[in-house]
Amino acid sequence: MSIFLDENSKIIVQGLTGSEGTKHAGRMLASGSKIVGGVNPRKAGTTVEIGGHTLPIFGSVAEAMSSTGANVSVIFVPPAFAKDAVVEAIEAAIELAIVITEGIPVHDSAQFWALAKSKGNTTRIIGPNCPGVISPGKSNAGIIPSTITEAGPIGLVSKSGTLTYQMMFELRDLGFSTAIGIGGDPIIGTTHIDALAAFQADPETRAIVMIGEIGGDAEERAAEYIQANVTKPVVAYVAGFTAPEGKTMGHAGAIVSDGAGTAQGKKEALEAAGVRVGKTPSETAAIMREVFASL
Amino acid sequence: MDLFEYQARDVFESYGVPVLAGIIADNPEDVRAAAEKLGGTVVVKAQVKVGGRGKAGGVKVAHNAADAEEASRAIFGLDIKGHVVKRVMVAAGARIKQEFYFSVLLDRANRSFLSLASYEGGVEIEILAVERPEALAKVEVDPIAGIDLAKATEIATAAGFPAELIPQIAPVIVKLYEVFVGEDATLVEVNPLVLTEDGDIVALDGKVTLDENAEFRHPNHEALVDTGAEDPLEAKAKKANLNYVKLDGEVGIIGNGAGLVMSTLDVVSYAGERHGGVRPANFLDIGGGASAEVMAAGLDVILGDPQVKSVFVNVFGGITACDAVANGIVGALATLGAAATKPLVVRLDGNNVVEGRQILSDAGHPLVTVVDTMDEAADKAAELANA
Repeated sequence: MSIFLDENSKIIVQGLTGSEGTKHAGRMLASGSKIVGGVNPRKAGTTVEIGGHTLPIFGSVAEAMSSTGANVSVIFVPPAFAKDAVVEAIEAAIELAIVITEGIPVHDSAQFWALAKSKGNTTRIIGPNCPGVISPGKSNAGIIPSTITEAGPIGLVSKSGTLTYQMMFELRDLGFSTAIGIGGDPIIGTTHIDALAAFQADPETRAIVMIGEIGGDAEERAAEYIQANVTKPVVAYVAGFTAPEGKTMGHAGAIVSDGAGTAQGKKEALEAAGVRVGKTPSETAAIMREVFASL
Repeated sequence: MDLFEYQARDVFESYGVPVLAGIIADNPEDVRAAAEKLGGTVVVKAQVKVGGRGKAGGVKVAHNAADAEEASRAIFGLDIKGHVVKRVMVAAGARIKQEFYFSVLLDRANRSFLSLASYEGGVEIEILAVERPEALAKVEVDPIAGIDLAKATEIATAAGFPAELIPQIAPVIVKLYEVFVGEDATLVEVNPLVLTEDGDIVALDGKVTLDENAEFRHPNHEALVDTGAEDPLEAKAKKANLNYVKLDGEVGIIGNGAGLVMSTLDVVSYAGERHGGVRPANFLDIGGGASAEVMAAGLDVILGDPQVKSVFVNVFGGITACDAVANGIVGALATLGAAATKPLVVRLDGNNVVEGRQILSDAGHPLVTVVDTMDEAADKAAELANA
């Protein structure tokens, strides 16, 4: 098992014909993902060749779903058009929409999240501004490199892309059931808590690494959730201890404002919930190895 | 990006939110001219992006132009919580009968919008929220439905406005929401929103924060950037499209991905504790495609910081291949030539790491040290910065 994504996932790419979409679809296919087509209303009815695969282009997400049985969409549409693309995916009621695009205005994200919510969250949104999801050996939807490590017992949820890769690399000897980058924007679809809940329910995941960073209170909420609901061991890492107040550190959501959202506050909340927190990625990996050995 | 009060005033005015006349001035002589133009009693208000300016002496009432000029002399140059006053707004005076509070903002925790309103204004809202939370109405605003007249009436009623004032207040709330949406703001706050003795509703002081991700649909927002306050290195990095934040330490940092760079700052700080307390000099994320050009532009900005004593390049090759990064470093050093004078510690891992390390070792640049792990590399960079 794995969460959100497995060997049966049928993936379409919104923005497949763009340069990012084409490049990453090639990588996904190379790692064994089942990509069944792309969406571009202006190129509907045509096909594209990517990595030896001939992929059909559909006029809409709904059409792609009814023709191929797709249940996952990966969205590489540029920021100005991303909201419309996500709205289309939600209205077609696809199971999972993974929004890779960076730089989407937060009003747009607020609107598509409100829409998803009003439809009872039939569509799970991951992102925006995220690297996507990988269930090693099964499927890869997004831009996480498939070559870092293989399938294993660890679940990983992270706000950051490169820290996801770094942690997968640090724990490559153990391997991962699923690794999810949930994104660093102020409004995201899938939260740490959603991923923790899914990992808790997944029999193949035996321990969980959670990576957070400054800004907002998602980590504090996750800490409360862990204390009440998660029985599997969780090890955490938080980035941004030295970030100054009032400065956005790369991710739109990574900002300490009015003394709230500090790394120290998140670390303390997690530790109070019984979660061990590493000072560096390598220390976090060492703690996980120790925790795992005692399972 | 936070706006100055005068910028918020201008934005409000363009949306039809009632505001008072206001003229900006950068010296006492211009203050006098502005006060003469407005006539009567004026208020000279320091333009700083920080709260508490009234208590700090940054707001003064003047009854004629000469007094306004005199008052402004005490305001210009005033240091308000680290913000030095360089500009004031001379605003027309208002005979205030009553003060209220209104804001609409992005509510991260609930992934929605939230409006805060109170019939009891004139105090700091943080204090009101703690001392009399029942006086501060918190009403969720659906990002799709927004605030129409009916919703504005609901908010004003919840805030305790008497029925006779609601027909006046509600349309102003609707207009403020139009500012929030129309300008892609994450915060629109009016404190105080006042009722004058003449019976008019006026937004007397405004705070607006704009979403930088939305700049592409607001070409006019660029002109609102306070270039005077921008760090020169940050301005240079911005021109080169680099994601850079100036900090005050000695170890220059370049990495790929916001999370990894934040983590690198932390690891360098910890290492600095063992090496004379050196700290990171900056945040710089070169993103996914670390070409030679981007690397050169990044190194150029960092080496232009006189405080930098050593540079730590920390890259995990995910999508980016380490050989491309290594070529980027070698190319950047060649481009910079004699301008590159500070030691570089490089840590590469991930995609094509063997090739990447080989390229750096073959180039054999005297300034470059390649270290295997992030922690060891941070230690080396801190050691070199403390040498």
